[in-house]
Amino acid sequence: MTAHRPVPPVSERRPRAVRLGGWSLRLAPRALLVGVLLVLTAFAVAVLAISTGEFTVPVPDVLAALLGDGPPVAELIVNKLRAPRVLTGLLVGAAFGLSGAIFQSLTRNPLGSPDFIGFSAGASTGGILVVVAGGSAAQIAVGSMTGCVVTAVLVYLAAFRRGVQGYRLVLVGIGANALLISANNYLLTRANINDAATAGAWLTGSLGGRDWSYVLPLTVALAVLLPACAYVSRPLRMIEMGDDSARAMGIRVEAVRAVAIVAGVLLCGVATAAAGPVAFVALAAPQLARRLTRSPGVTMASSALVGAVLLTAADLAAQRVIAPAQLPVGVLTAAIGGTYLALLLRKDRH
Amino acid sequence: MARSELAVPSATRLSGAGLTLAYDQRVVAEQLDVAIPDSSFTVIIGPNACGKSTLLRALARMLRPRKGAVHLDGSLITSLPSKEVARRLGLLPQSSIVPDGITVADLVGRGRYPHQRLMRQWSRADETAVAGAMRATDVAVLADRIVDELSGGQRQRVWLAMALAQETSILLLDEPTTFLDIAHQIEVLDLCAELHETGRTMVAVLHDLNQACRYATHLIVMREGRIVAQGDPSDIVTPELVSQVFDLRCEIIPDPQTGTPLIVPESRRRVSVAS
Repeated sequence: MTAHRPVPPVSERRPRAVRLGGWSLRLAPRALLVGVLLVLTAFAVAVLAISTGEFTVPVPDVLAALLGDGPPVAELIVNKLRAPRVLTGLLVGAAFGLSGAIFQSLTRNPLGSPDFIGFSAGASTGGILVVVAGGSAAQIAVGSMTGCVVTAVLVYLAAFRRGVQGYRLVLVGIGANALLISANNYLLTRANINDAATAGAWLTGSLGGRDWSYVLPLTVALAVLLPACAYVSRPLRMIEMGDDSARAMGIRVEAVRAVAIVAGVLLCGVATAAAGPVAFVALAAPQLARRLTRSPGVTMASSALVGAVLLTAADLAAQRVIAPAQLPVGVLTAAIGGTYLALLLRKDRH
Repeated sequence: MARSELAVPSATRLSGAGLTLAYDQRVVAEQLDVAIPDSSFTVIIGPNACGKSTLLRALARMLRPRKGAVHLDGSLITSLPSKEVARRLGLLPQSSIVPDGITVADLVGRGRYPHQRLMRQWSRADETAVAGAMRATDVAVLADRIVDELSGGQRQRVWLAMALAQETSILLLDEPTTFLDIAHQIEVLDLCAELHETGRTMVAVLHDLNQACRYATHLIVMREGRIVAQGDPSDIVTPELVSQVFDLRCEIIPDPQTGTPLIVPESRRRVSVAS
């Protein structure tokens, strides 16, 4: 009966306080270290992805080009072609990671991820409808964003009974997910062969051909939504202990939840609009982050970082594994994230 | 009954006046007036579904009364900023969810939330309060243990420590002894009595009438959404009251340990044999 998980040394586990006058910050050393390593990894993956490919740009030239002072060919390849794709990957990955963190925290359930409760499928429906109607890339983005928001509103309303309980949201969402997936399949069978192929590629999720016109709206969206995430991050962790517990601590549970839901849906929406419904990042990123940082519950910042690394690394692999042929990134996020998560879960059992 | 006292509910720090309490369409209590005496250990008791937990939840602003109002320190409780209320009034809910993999020290630390701000996340006062709360509840030795792995009794002490770390002068407890065996029930109630002695106003919903009589300085007895009696247990607990509230015939003798009323229920079988 005394068997319990090995407890890491106190110094690593216990948050420390950094104080300056009346100010104090609480930092968990391990979470901080993991955060720094994730940022470095993201940077390394990004540079590698920009440097390699059909035409190799040496790393020093990559850095020079990014600073606007490299050889003209390097500047063209780096700034016109590869940098926006990598940036899109980082931003979309972060958005999926955050969205997953929010909904997994709200539902207290890893299966509460937006890709399981119908939001991604709804975004797909919106996207496919626009593809079939012959819309442009921008219109597809708008269509999927709309699909995501509409689905979220419907799922929320269907799950609503004196506030929304996590498990009801998951159950209703899984139902909606199944419905929407069959609707999507039906739409694909009705589409002509070219549209079906375009839609199929989009449905797997891809970063191919993403230029600055994707990076800018994503940046704006994240600039607005990140502060909202920061604002709800601590109260959401308290709400994981139950509504009454959180309310007793002075948290306005309904207000926090409303902000979190809106931010989570919009993050999922913009990410899907930019890269298609990339599988698994929203599910895996928060779970991976939690296990890496060993922090209780879901953590926002590390989920965003893991999401960014996961998606860019998967995209790099997708471009190189069977080069010159290119895979859509969605194929590999599931493979990489899934394998890693399985390994971590295996370790968890001991 | 002492209705005249209740006419000025704001005479005490925490009170409710004209409360109609309901979940959706189901009205649990109507026209309820209640005042929690300052510095008392108030226990609310009554049969299942009499509205005792509902009343406690209304006093703790968890449930918005359909009619009437709850006052804290002379102000409408809903008019005060929620974090401000949380610095004066704490609640240990009937059930809370333990976050995955959280340590005892971390969980108790969460009780400091109402005292923290974005740029004041962990002050020295927070540290002192958490250490004090863990000492008072005797969980300091468990500080680095994972809460999920503790026994029910230990876990309840950890939740109590979290509520203590909040450093509120009023503490409400919703059935703090449910799910605990008798030894742990007494342990938790003794702890509550100690907290009361250090000057806190304690309000608890309990199931066990004998425990209520032993620990309460002020007893509120409810039935079907109404307050049937309130006051010092020794003054108000009589066989008639128990029969009226719980439909139970009993004898009342002084508790050999404390001298407080001890209810000895009559067995229905013996009664039938005797008659």
